[in-house]
Amino acid sequence: MPQKAVEIILMRRLASTLAIPVLLFDAKANLLYFNEPAGAMVGKSFEETGEMPVEKWHAVFDLVAEDAAPLPDNAGPLVTALKMYRAVHCVFWLRVTEGIRKKLEVTALPLEGQGGRRLGAVVTLWEPKPA
Amino acid sequence: MKVTLWGTRGSLATPGPETVRYGGNTSCVEVVGANGTRLVLDAGTGIRRLGAHVGPEAGRVDVLLSHLHMDHIQGLGFFRPLDQPGQEVHIWGPPSTTMDLRQRLGRYLSPPLFPVRLKELLCDLSLHDVPLDGFEIGSLRISAMLVCHPGPTVGYRISENGKSIAYIPDHEPALGEPQFPGEQDWISGFDLAQGADLLIHDSQYSALEYPRRIGWGHSAIPHAVAFAARAGVKRYLTFHHDPGRDDAALDAMLEEARAACPATLEIAPGIEGASFEV
Repeated sequence: MPQKAVEIILMRRLASTLAIPVLLFDAKANLLYFNEPAGAMVGKSFEETGEMPVEKWHAVFDLVAEDAAPLPDNAGPLVTALKMYRAVHCVFWLRVTEGIRKKLEVTALPLEGQGGRRLGAVVTLWEPKPA
Repeated sequence: MKVTLWGTRGSLATPGPETVRYGGNTSCVEVVGANGTRLVLDAGTGIRRLGAHVGPEAGRVDVLLSHLHMDHIQGLGFFRPLDQPGQEVHIWGPPSTTMDLRQRLGRYLSPPLFPVRLKELLCDLSLHDVPLDGFEIGSLRISAMLVCHPGPTVGYRISENGKSIAYIPDHEPALGEPQFPGEQDWISGFDLAQGADLLIHDSQYSALEYPRRIGWGHSAIPHAVAFAARAGVKRYLTFHHDPGRDDAALDAMLEEARAACPATLEIAPGIEGASFEV
């Protein structure tokens, strides 16, 4: 497997030390890494799953709309970050187990490396705090 | 390829009787291909002596900068080919999204830091952002990748006739990695070094010094050894010696490295003036 870009490597190392949930994706929306706080939300660790192609991580990090309907293909924050190349912040629901959902704020940022290389995106998950 | 070390010191030129054997000049390495293609890797203070050996008959000269920290560009204004009318010189440096290479080098090569501006040099000068998808100069195939060091910094892999040299003078691949080295696709610089016949690599700190220098962009010797071994390098050359270390201390570090080194990996000291055939 070819070596990842150094920006991706450094982002993983930063994420691994943070207390907020962080997911790291490549430019094709494959999940390259998620840190322990992100794993705690879904009851899985990165050591268990390893890197996941797009169809596999959707089953683990199952984001749905408020009415529990699946998100339309182009509605996800990751899609916005990767395809429209802009940052996005929005509210979704994470299906933790059947019938149990958790409200989340999701922030997705595209990652651009030196030389204009589009490397992927970083996504953070926030549990909204009461005002 | 013939590789000659013109400067192996890191951070600051360190001349004096206590460094006379390893040398005190900062980073500069010459690579000459089978057909005479000449590359100069970095322009530390060692480049001044190299310039005295490169006359107009040498033809085109390519200077490949790993990054623009002072110890890698300080000798540039004293490189004789830059002052030769009509001499073809190309300078390559890491890409930046904010300023082109001419602007960035111009910060040093202009008053008050230097009396002569880039545009006043007499040679036929071209400046290039290094392509990160590989390129060729003469008979040499060159790959450049960004590596872990503060600011845009590249390492180089130079190949010819099935042989390869990796040059990563400033590199901290173990940064933030609790169990270095981990999976190879998550190691900074791995693809540059993989299977190289010769790896010229940052070896600035001892294992004891490193915890106080984390994030400064350099390697402890055990990390450099582990990196070289993981990448399947044949020969690893110590480089970017700390300016605070004299010849005796560098000998001791080399022995420490050899003791920790697998039998498949040869370690050689990066001594100014040494040459290697690859």
